[in-house]
Amino acid sequence: MRIECPYCGERDRREFYYMGDAVALDRPAVDAGAQAWDDYLHNRDNPAGSVRDLWYHEAGCGAWIVVSRDTLTHAVQGSVLAAEAAR
Amino acid sequence: MGYSGLSIIKDGVFGGKGRKPLWRDPAPKSRYDAIIIGGGGHGLATAYYLAREHGLTNIAVLEKGHIGSGNIGRNTTIVRANYFLPGNQEFYSHSLKLWEGMSQALNYNVMLSQRGVISLFHSDGQRDAFVRRGNAMINHGDDAILLDREGVRAHLPYLDFDTARFPIYGGLYHPRGGTARHDAVAWGYARAADQRGVDLIQNCEVTGIDIENGAVTGVQTTRGAIKARKVAIVTAGRSGQVAALAGMRLPVESHVLQAFVTEGLKPVIDHVVSFGMGHFYISQSDKGGLVFGGDLDFYASYAARGNLPMAEHVMEAAMTLMPMIGKARVLRSWGGIMDMTPDGSAIIDTTPTQGLFVDCGWCYGGFKAVPASGFALAHLMATGQPHATAAKFRLDRFRTGVGLMDEEGTGAQHNLH
Repeated sequence: MRIECPYCGERDRREFYYMGDAVALDRPAVDAGAQAWDDYLHNRDNPAGSVRDLWYHEAGCGAWIVVSRDTLTHAVQGSVLAAEAAR
Repeated sequence: MGYSGLSIIKDGVFGGKGRKPLWRDPAPKSRYDAIIIGGGGHGLATAYYLAREHGLTNIAVLEKGHIGSGNIGRNTTIVRANYFLPGNQEFYSHSLKLWEGMSQALNYNVMLSQRGVISLFHSDGQRDAFVRRGNAMINHGDDAILLDREGVRAHLPYLDFDTARFPIYGGLYHPRGGTARHDAVAWGYARAADQRGVDLIQNCEVTGIDIENGAVTGVQTTRGAIKARKVAIVTAGRSGQVAALAGMRLPVESHVLQAFVTEGLKPVIDHVVSFGMGHFYISQSDKGGLVFGGDLDFYASYAARGNLPMAEHVMEAAMTLMPMIGKARVLRSWGGIMDMTPDGSAIIDTTPTQGLFVDCGWCYGGFKAVPASGFALAHLMATGQPHATAAKFRLDRFRTGVGLMDEEGTGAQHNLH
């Protein structure tokens, strides 16, 4: 699997650290309640198909990126900087 | 007909003539007392124990493909009870005891081979951790023996003991651990459940879960609607999709775990061995193939195959630990879909929907859990109360933070297990 970094282009999967579903960007408010935090931290749609997940280009430019990927085929459709996706 | 020495002689004399399928292939009825979604090891075991322990026989197992076509038919077949944390410990201890009686109970040879599991350690700190684990196992009534370097050498003379980077300090030996024939486990449970009247319905995909007033009333399937007041989701890596049919999200992310098999060789590896300084464990199948694997690829996947970085890591670890393995040729590799929970431990529980149960989150350890998982889920479905050995496998432990079972001590977060 090769992952596209917005800065560095297509790079080997080994250069990246996987953080999980990009739900991590949608942090609930501190007082949002236990259910919202449970959904944020633990519960997942876990789809067989298209996902958006968060990767860190650890052995490259150091950017956090949101990768669009197919979990059935491992095809990587593209990526954007997490900083931009979070806006 | 039961299997016995006499039946084998008869079968030999008559050249296998008159053999019948091991279970019926019934059409689904319109109503059952209970439905189990998923005809894998856990689902079949659940059906068997519902019938045997609780007398519930008007039940059906619904399987999307054919019986035993999922992870139960494609794993590395290891059975052990060397867990450390309360919750996991009593559960896997119970499971190993059920394994020990399984062939007799099912009248089906699951080829349990208690060849011993040796977990190697390579530093003083790791030794301390394994001493602690071994003591916990002994205190719980299971078996654990601490081997020093020479003790390991007596069992595993073929290892590279003098590698400068990862010298072997010793190992934790769990003699009652071992392997079993994975397909036979599925077939044995299927046959035994069928003999007790359970309907095993194949090529029957569940496409909807019917819920009225907060209680489950049945399921929609590719073979029509089926009513039942109790429905259990036992679908391992696909738990997320099936739970979504009931409007639920689970604390599960499905990951890929790879395994590898070499060509058949003469007996060379007599135990199950795991490396302590890299992701590698190995045993030899009765056919002679070396069966080995490592860790997750560490990204969500349903592709049922992995990528090369982990394959490379596993091969490197294998060569570091036992250089002789370099002579063997890998025949095939595959990836299984693992239902990973944030803390790496399983879930057997009720759900907010009355009559709907989940049994999932087996991570990379589902095979050894098969009998105890079926036993505990059957108990929960029949009595409404969790079985004592699985009472800590609660669905709400992530929300409340109470009773997390993080066996690796890395934190209850999705990408860490």
